[in-house]
Amino acid sequence: MIQTLAFYLFAVLTIGSGAITILARNPVHSVLWLILAFFNAAGLMVLVGAEFIAMLLVIVYVGAVAVLFLFVVMMLDIDFAELRAGFVKNFPLGMLVAVVLLAEIILGVGAYRAGALQLGTPDGTASAAVGLSNIEALGALLYSRYLFLFEAAGIILLVAMIGAIVLTLRHRPGVRGQNVARQVYRRAEDATINTRPEVGAGIKL
Amino acid sequence: MIGIEHYVVVSSILFVLGVLGIFLNRKNVIVILMAIELILLAVNINLVAFSAFLGDLTGQVFAMFVLTVAAGEAAIGLAILVIYFRSRGTIAVDDVNRMKG
Repeated sequence: MIQTLAFYLFAVLTIGSGAITILARNPVHSVLWLILAFFNAAGLMVLVGAEFIAMLLVIVYVGAVAVLFLFVVMMLDIDFAELRAGFVKNFPLGMLVAVVLLAEIILGVGAYRAGALQLGTPDGTASAAVGLSNIEALGALLYSRYLFLFEAAGIILLVAMIGAIVLTLRHRPGVRGQNVARQVYRRAEDATINTRPEVGAGIKL
Repeated sequence: MIGIEHYVVVSSILFVLGVLGIFLNRKNVIVILMAIELILLAVNINLVAFSAFLGDLTGQVFAMFVLTVAAGEAAIGLAILVIYFRSRGTIAVDDVNRMKG
């Protein structure tokens, strides 16, 4: 009973905040509603016992991606009223595409319920072991069978990080920065000189 | 009783909302990126639900990979957005085809 209640609570809040995300006038509000949608989706995943993915969703999305969005939205000085000009014009086409897509999904699920195509039978090699927690079972699978895919995911993240840094890096002229190599290279003998000038003659530097 | 159908319905509604968001906010590329995140979230809900339904953890492993790709895509997309704004002073994506050359 409590599961049913929790499911409907999470599902309604996920869909509702997802709808407000795409309809909100202010992108800052959009990001905040997106965060709510992700929280409730994480709740949906906890309900089926996928705690690890749910926590990952909260940490990665709410902690990193949503904050990144907030940074960008607030950093750029944009006239958002002008950007919404095409909203009414695009509405009929967007609704048409949405209705067609939803009808297709309903048709597909209906066809599935009428009798699934039997493409193969699961061999049970990736089924959850009895007595392990979700994160233990997932780790055992991830570090054995999907090890190379896991490392490929790491490389994707590395490439994304380097790409983002390279894209946004800019060298502004006229900025007086610190040249650490030159500072370290400089020796005391080169930096100071001892002279004994004649009186009234001065020295040449 | 909550079954797999409920999860499929939630994720398909979320997916359609994401596609609708791309169409409704064709000028505002930030909202387009957020709509793509919604689509990927719908995919993740589907993967996790079927993983629980079939008792097969592969779905959750792939949900993690989808999460990885989504994070990378958001980072690169926002970086492109920042340099586009720096050179144009706006993020209206109607005239993005000027980016070529």
